[in-house]
Amino acid sequence: MTKSYLLAILVFMLPIAPAVAVIETYEFSDPALELRYRQLTQELRCPKCQNQNIADSNAPIAQDLRLLLYQQLESGASDGEILDHMVARYGEFVRYRPSFEGAAIVLWLTPLVLLLVAVGVVILALKRKSPRAESSDATLSAEEQRQLDRMLRDSEHGS
Amino acid sequence: MIPEFGHFALIIGFVLAIILTLVPAWGALQNNIKAMALAPGLAIGVLVFVTISFICLCVAFLQDDFSVKVVTNNSNSLLPPIYKFSAVWGNHEGSLLLWSLILSSWTAAVAVFSRQLPLLMLARVLSVMGFIGVGFLSFMLLTSNPFERMLPGIPADGNDLNPLLQDPGLIIHPPLLYMGYVGFSVAFAFAIAALWGGSLDAAWARWSRPWTNIAWGFLTLGIMLGSWWAYYELGWGGWWFWDPVENASFMPWLAGTALIHSLAATEKRGLFKSWTVLLAIFAFSLSLLGTFLVRSGVLTSVHAFATDPERGLFILVFLMIVVGGSLTLYALRAPAVASRVGFEWVSRESLILCNNVVFLVSTLTVLFGTLFPLFMDALGQGKYSVGPPYFNAVFVPLMALLVPFMGVGPVSRWKRDTVRRWQSELLLPAIVAVLCGLTLPLFEAEYNIWVALAVSLAAWLVLSLVRDLWYRVRQAVSVSAGLRRITLSYWGMFIAHLGFAACIVGVVATSQYSVEHDLKMYPGQTEVVAGYEFTLVEIVPVAGPNYVADEARFKVFSDGQMIVSLAPQKRRYLASGQIMTEADIDAGLMRDLFVAMGEPVGDDGAWAIRLHYKPMVRWMWLGALMMAVGAFATVMDKRYRQARIRRTIRAGGREQYGV
Amino acid sequence: MASRLKLFLPLLLFVALALFLFRGLSLDPQAMPSALIDQPLPAFNLPALGKNTQITRDDVLGEVALMNVWATWCVSCRVEHPYLLQLSDSGIPIYGINYKDEDAAALRWLAELGDPYRANIVDKSGTLGIDLGVYGAPETYLVDAKGMIRYRHVGVVDERIWETVLQPLFLELTAEGNQG
Repeated sequence: MTKSYLLAILVFMLPIAPAVAVIETYEFSDPALELRYRQLTQELRCPKCQNQNIADSNAPIAQDLRLLLYQQLESGASDGEILDHMVARYGEFVRYRPSFEGAAIVLWLTPLVLLLVAVGVVILALKRKSPRAESSDATLSAEEQRQLDRMLRDSEHGS
Repeated sequence: MIPEFGHFALIIGFVLAIILTLVPAWGALQNNIKAMALAPGLAIGVLVFVTISFICLCVAFLQDDFSVKVVTNNSNSLLPPIYKFSAVWGNHEGSLLLWSLILSSWTAAVAVFSRQLPLLMLARVLSVMGFIGVGFLSFMLLTSNPFERMLPGIPADGNDLNPLLQDPGLIIHPPLLYMGYVGFSVAFAFAIAALWGGSLDAAWARWSRPWTNIAWGFLTLGIMLGSWWAYYELGWGGWWFWDPVENASFMPWLAGTALIHSLAATEKRGLFKSWTVLLAIFAFSLSLLGTFLVRSGVLTSVHAFATDPERGLFILVFLMIVVGGSLTLYALRAPAVASRVGFEWVSRESLILCNNVVFLVSTLTVLFGTLFPLFMDALGQGKYSVGPPYFNAVFVPLMALLVPFMGVGPVSRWKRDTVRRWQSELLLPAIVAVLCGLTLPLFEAEYNIWVALAVSLAAWLVLSLVRDLWYRVRQAVSVSAGLRRITLSYWGMFIAHLGFAACIVGVVATSQYSVEHDLKMYPGQTEVVAGYEFTLVEIVPVAGPNYVADEARFKVFSDGQMIVSLAPQKRRYLASGQIMTEADIDAGLMRDLFVAMGEPVGDDGAWAIRLHYKPMVRWMWLGALMMAVGAFATVMDKRYRQARIRRTIRAGGREQYGV
Repeated sequence: MASRLKLFLPLLLFVALALFLFRGLSLDPQAMPSALIDQPLPAFNLPALGKNTQITRDDVLGEVALMNVWATWCVSCRVEHPYLLQLSDSGIPIYGINYKDEDAAALRWLAELGDPYRANIVDKSGTLGIDLGVYGAPETYLVDAKGMIRYRHVGVVDERIWETVLQPLFLELTAEGNQG
């Protein structure tokens, strides 16, 4: 029995952080700031936690980052400045929306590339197939026809 | 004694599963009818012993047998009996046992309900399913034995079930989800059996389609319940987080959605055969991959599992055998099952291809996004996080791309259709849908382009469906005759597509129009959110069976009329000392009102309170429910029931595979 | 033939995926390198613990040193404390960052358990901690003579960590400093 085995948290779906609603009561000078605050707390990842944003985490570091965010918003920093500030300290890791640079470009372009490839493959396959569409009225092979006939016969007997 | 008995039953089940894998497979290779005919009996045998084992674990939980490790870790004598029962699968080992129970149930169900299958096919299908069973049962016996004892030193009481799991939604969420996950193993087994035999006859799709639709329906329900549970128990108003564990259940769903459509084309037209086979492999592979992701610890999730590299390695090896093996088989045998059928560009086949393209790309996008942090870490590119902002940004446009085609799908004809017919059928729905989008959001609140778009898309879906239904009914002598002529499988599609429209509206309306307000409130204070007046009347201590709590009592008024009392709680569970926020929600078709308690603020009786107004959030879950109902309805269709009638006739006479 | 080969594509993709997954088993998704590696130590001007003076970035430069983030509320800090004492006895310069703590409690701790630190920076509000990218205590930074951060260790510093990770780097940086 290894130690890690014993220590493993044998729980099926246990959020590490206690399930306590995080409710900060910051008063904003402008409702627009509150909206941005709400959005940014959801885009910033709590560095210490499991997979949680700083809006949902009760970890002390998340509280600190929320306070920092609040102060920066009130001091008039732009979203870009705030994100840069966070990334400079905690790394790209804190961004739930990876910036469009470096390796993350691959991430952002993947869906588009996949879509283009998939559409391309389908069009190619159809082009190859369509000339035969006219000629192949017989859609089932002889073997399939036999199978189907048997099934249909059986079901007639049944009903 | 009972735990040992359960353990022993599990071992017998395991041995039977090995026999189920080997003997019918050997029979199929040797064309030995006796060996093949053993398969159904063996499948039922596995089910019997796994069930006994499962019952033993249930008994251990219900009798508070704290000598069993999982019981100690996940139960408590104060726990209400219903949660003692659900605690059986509220842990890694027990959930695996539930998984195995469901797998053996599906296997036995195939054995019982598919007797009209050629024996050779049935033997292959059951052998494949038996092998999957061997994998999970050996995983349990070797790394995660649920019956392990705590010896010596039996604790007086248990650590209690995680309070989050003490919830009605969580009693049925895992079983439903597993029904879906594991259900795809049937489609998978049929696909492998077909590749193995080297021929996919026309009947193949008809046999595997009902199983796949049922599995997909269960998976839909499971995901829906998970989202609903997160909404009121964990998310504080959020309902989908794109967490790896959520994605692990969502990916098989996306692939399964492609599969059930592709299967329709295969059944009706004998088309896309090798593609459908690949999708069937893909859907179940993603179920297995999900199991790996959530139990191996390679990704960080807010849901912690029994993550252990040893277990991770076991699942990975199993994954390599099953997925690697089946893809190798596919690569070698796929040409043998390729379709020889053609169709025109303007046809239902093309639209099904559109569906498949979108769902496949969505699946791969979610897969890539989920694993991207792992890829980057493995390549030494640093630590990345891919979260909701990314997934929403890429997933929403993909789904929006789907809907225009989705509206045309039901109207279109197989093989050959004309653009002119589409125009004459759908021009009116299209115009009305756009008009709906332009005008409807005006009634709700300020004009919002996203809501307008969503309403247009949803209206397009609904109107084209209604147009199609009307067209079909009109062709009959009378309306009632026309309605009667419509098959259950058409109704299933109709309801499921309507459900999808409801989902679109719900998702967009709730994300665009929700109002959330976090504030400090004193007893007696009133706050207005989205026109509703929330009055905090008092905060009182209350006690539950295994917790104590502070309860905030709210009265909510609208236009001076009191509409509801809400009482959110902040609980402290006695056994674990865990603190839990229990939100209270006034649910409604058009809006939810949601109140949750944070912490006390200062010493003068004020609390941090979250007030939420969530419009149309129920539409999402209602839509998912409709999709599941639709999937189940298609299975009741006459042409599948005929198979059953035939079976009873056969049972009376000579069994097809009889000695 | 080409059409037959493309049927192997799903298998190849899966094998690549499986390799990544296998690699993933030995990676720790929780481990986080500091974003400040090879970045200058952030500037600060904070009170020195137990003195009525301020301490700034310049005060800790000049030689290769460890900066240890600690607090009295941090359980693991108590675990690593004896080893820090050993290190400081052997002449390793260690500066403390007393992170989000009470001065009185911190002074009592040092009086009771011994003081391995050259000086202690009082970071009551955690601002220096955020500038450093600290996400919990204890953390230990290796800072070179010019004030560049060269390494961060999250968690307890013990003999194994010191001998396998920190000491080799420490010696290398000291040698570099002597040459330059």
